[in-house]
Amino acid sequence: MGAVVRIGGAAGFAGDRTDAARPLVEALARCDGPRFLMFETLAERTLALSQLERRRDPARGYNPKLDRFIGPVLADCLRHDVRIVGNFGAANPRGAAERILALARERGLRVPRVAVVEGDDLTGVLSAGELAAREIDGSMLRDANEIVAANLYLGAAPIAEALGAGADVVVTGRVADSALALGPLMHAFGWRQDDWNRLAAGTLAGHLLECGAQATGGYFADPPHKAVPGMADIGYPIAEVDADGCVTVTKPEGTGGRVDRLTVTEQLLYEIHDPAAYLAPDVTLDLTGVTVDELARDRVRVQGARGRPAPETLKATVCVDGGVLGEAEISYAGPNAAARARLAAEIVTERVGRLAPGLAVRVDAIGILSVLGDDAGAFARRSNAESDDVRLRFAARSADAAEAEILLDEVEALYCAGPAGGAGVRRRLTPRLASASCLIERKYAAPRVTMLGGGA
Amino acid sequence: MSARTVKLHEIANARSGDKGNRLNIALVCRDPAHYSAIARQVTAEAAGAAFAHRKPSRVVRYDLPKLAAFNFVLDDVLEGGVNASLGLDGHGKSLSFLLLDLPVEIES
Repeated sequence: MGAVVRIGGAAGFAGDRTDAARPLVEALARCDGPRFLMFETLAERTLALSQLERRRDPARGYNPKLDRFIGPVLADCLRHDVRIVGNFGAANPRGAAERILALARERGLRVPRVAVVEGDDLTGVLSAGELAAREIDGSMLRDANEIVAANLYLGAAPIAEALGAGADVVVTGRVADSALALGPLMHAFGWRQDDWNRLAAGTLAGHLLECGAQATGGYFADPPHKAVPGMADIGYPIAEVDADGCVTVTKPEGTGGRVDRLTVTEQLLYEIHDPAAYLAPDVTLDLTGVTVDELARDRVRVQGARGRPAPETLKATVCVDGGVLGEAEISYAGPNAAARARLAAEIVTERVGRLAPGLAVRVDAIGILSVLGDDAGAFARRSNAESDDVRLRFAARSADAAEAEILLDEVEALYCAGPAGGAGVRRRLTPRLASASCLIERKYAAPRVTMLGGGA
Repeated sequence: MSARTVKLHEIANARSGDKGNRLNIALVCRDPAHYSAIARQVTAEAAGAAFAHRKPSRVVRYDLPKLAAFNFVLDDVLEGGVNASLGLDGHGKSLSFLLLDLPVEIES
């Protein structure tokens, strides 16, 4: 048997558990061969929010939980040569790298080699008009005043390059989530950039890791049909990948969760559209021949990914100002609660219709219909729905905060002027970002790798 | 052998994912023996009907027999998606359970 590369998936989104990495590093430290720890913390909107934060303070704009993600494991990763790859750089990869170096200094560790991958930021490369001309599935950008963030999905090559240059830690901004695993595999195995089947297998490994516990029993439990043991200490996934791209998914010994055909298959198809053509920057992945086999308890083999040449264009996410979302809630409980809630909804809808005629108001009735409804008023249509505890939720969006406030004021006014027993009003106004997808010619992607710290 | 009608939830697992205003639902047979019964009955049309109030512009079912699974893709059902929806679940994460509410007849 040839060499095996091990990659731990320590985070699946910016808000993920920060103590998940430790059991992964402990497990990886006991193994031989190339080992990596991957952090995926950059959802579509997260980057634009980071960009806004960087505008307020140029030193920020990277993942605000960076210290909590990396801090608990940095010393052991450096000691055991577990190399870290993460997109926690968000809108400021260089700032994140500086912070990691500072963290190592504060703790008296050796100075790590921290590589920064940049080149995903398209602002300054393409104008708003040029981005608008490349928008797919809509024309939102044509009317936008200002681009908040525009970022390409870079591929795995710059990550492999950074590891080839000896990085202990690779910090990126926007890259394809799966590239955080494919980069280490290309580096460790020397896979060529046109070895489509292996690139497909590496992309598949990354896809299985990129949502953390979603491959190991997280987001799966539905007892008693779908029981998952030890969810409070769920183990995050480890992918063991061989030189031909055969992937074995497992998790650290002694952790909760489960790794079997059902948990892995759910993640395999997560956010997939056409399973014969999953588009990544480095390859077009065909999942239709993939098999999932249980080898032993908490060990599953995934193989059969096929690859075709990478798409000619790269995807970019572009965010623009999306106005504000106004939300307000009020509760009705006890006998006849649903009827009082229904009356409250009618009162607010009538008054807002008069005071802000252009404002479309959505009403949900938490306790009856909180998420499966629709903007057009599913709650109102369910005229016979009963509940003795209803929390009404009103929502509206507007380009104008003052207009959205009209709704919030009307909900609050139910306290004295609405039906009996209205209680617990909460209201909030949240700035929104709207996002569009663009397809960008590859000539505009110019990834740059810079080494800081011990390698500088 | 007699047939009985159960909710899909009794025999299959599902997970939603989103991209913009498009929803995908991976449906996985708990027992691969149920694959053909589900394939026959839980068609793209049946899924579309379960989401009629969200007015899908297109529903496609991709079949993955080697995984004993299906992938449903529903376009324009997320009321603008996570960045634009007025609802609490702009990602559509809860919507997998709308599919699992469908009836399916199986041999027992």
